[in-house]
Amino acid sequence: MTQPFTTLLQAPPVFVNVGVREFGDSLTEAGFTVVQVDWSPPAGGDLKMAQLLDDLL
Amino acid sequence: MARRTLILKNRYFDSVFLMQVARRLAAQPGMGEAWALLATPANRKVLAGLGYGEGDADFAAAGPSDLVLALEGEPEIMAAVAADVEAWLSRGSGSGAAMEREPRSVAEAVTEHPEANVAVISVPGAHAAREARAALAAGLNVFLFSSNVTVEDELDLKTRARAAGLIVMGPDCGTAYLCGAGLGFANTVRRGPIGVVAATGTGLQEFACHVHRGGSGLSHALGTGGRDLGDAIGGLTALAGLDALEADPATKVVVVLSKPPGRAGSALLKERLGRCAKPVVLCLLGAEGGGAPNIATLDQAAALALQAVGIKEPLFLQSDPALLRAEALGHVARLRPEQRHIRGLFAGGTFCYQAQAIFARAGLVVHANGPLAGMLDLPDPWTSVGDTFVDLGAECFVDGRPHPMIDGTQRRERLLREGEDPTVAVILLDFILGAIASRDPVGDLLGAIRTARDAAARRGGDLCVVASVCGTEDDAQDLQAQTRALEQAGVLVLPTAAQAAAFCREAMLILADGKGVA
Repeated sequence: MTQPFTTLLQAPPVFVNVGVREFGDSLTEAGFTVVQVDWSPPAGGDLKMAQLLDDLL
Repeated sequence: MARRTLILKNRYFDSVFLMQVARRLAAQPGMGEAWALLATPANRKVLAGLGYGEGDADFAAAGPSDLVLALEGEPEIMAAVAADVEAWLSRGSGSGAAMEREPRSVAEAVTEHPEANVAVISVPGAHAAREARAALAAGLNVFLFSSNVTVEDELDLKTRARAAGLIVMGPDCGTAYLCGAGLGFANTVRRGPIGVVAATGTGLQEFACHVHRGGSGLSHALGTGGRDLGDAIGGLTALAGLDALEADPATKVVVVLSKPPGRAGSALLKERLGRCAKPVVLCLLGAEGGGAPNIATLDQAAALALQAVGIKEPLFLQSDPALLRAEALGHVARLRPEQRHIRGLFAGGTFCYQAQAIFARAGLVVHANGPLAGMLDLPDPWTSVGDTFVDLGAECFVDGRPHPMIDGTQRRERLLREGEDPTVAVILLDFILGAIASRDPVGDLLGAIRTARDAAARRGGDLCVVASVCGTEDDAQDLQAQTRALEQAGVLVLPTAAQAAAFCREAMLILADGKGVA
């Protein structure tokens, strides 16, 4: 599953965009494949709770 | 007009989207002013300073995950907004594709699209390391635009990446180019034989634009983030990037752009570049005596990279201090005696840094937020003192607000205030075009430039506004159109940021000598 970095420069990358949508949109407009993640802060923005959940999973 | 604030608990939207919401709201008939911001401490301070939220318990209790709409307008329009807040926060149906259900996590995205290999992450800093770890765990390389990531997290991410054969560009990585794909703030430049490892985002943009205008292009440009070459990280990303560019058949010349990284980082770089099988260009911005040739500005780096691929130094990259001085003399002669100071208002952090370095070499001292050695700290980044260079993209300005390259509001307000100061002689500005950037960076400031120049003229003087535009004719904003608009407003536009700073250096040296002052 891991794609070594050395292969990254050999073919057009496929992107996963997490955050500001415009970053993904500009890549899409330029003809690249972008998967947009519908992101919101985990655990309602409670970082300690998010960490606890991460540790549990 | 009345004012009110609306608090929406646990409603996250990115700052760029919220800027668009605020603009749509402000454009409504009867609306005087509209803000849509996450309730970060910095944003609450800004809104409180404008008189919003006084005595409002909900406003006082709001946190960074809560959304604040702060409105000033006629009661009817405010009531209409309050009655249907969700409609204003809708992204709209747009094309059919926008209606598709999107994955809720990086892991889900990779499960659905196993061909994905790069994560572009721009979530708020407090959450960025978590998302980057998820991306690495899913086998993705990472472009980490987010700032406010701890150095411990950065080291952890880069160590994980190395173990997995992946790369982490960032944190605080503004720009990169992979196989022609421009990530983050990227200009439209052609592909070519020049490969770059860059520890500076706007530095890479300026370099890329010069290379493009000079007739060549980039194979790839890998960002490292500003701390990568420091002792704590040990250049993990820079070294991985150099290995990759050295092995890449499309790359004929390898360029490194960085602020001087300190002794250990410099030694590391020079050792690695010394055994690179390809021609190398090392640009350590502002560095004194970094070996011959000592490349201390981005335009010099571009000229050398172009030469290395067989292109003679283009005219626009050539600068003659004597000519700059002669032109500066003409401008200084129109100033009133009390006009003594320069204010540099930068959207690009590297341009602020480079301008300081150019001033420092001439023995000129300015106040700055993020001062170089020998410069003075600007105690309050929101208020200029004497000669001041301020990086308006510094973290204190972008906590929950879009970067000044995207949203010119903060810089416009700052420019108007500088224009009211009768001691200001010179204003130095940078304009940065490209993807994600404002659709009209010059237009965003043009009114404020005219207001400031008119005010100086009414006082019997002149305000010398100097600028450079980082962009290409293929950027959506169009380099030529932006430059022309500045020139028509009486702004002196130099072809590179270094030349603009050098012109200002000459003007300030003349002022320091007392020449040209009535």
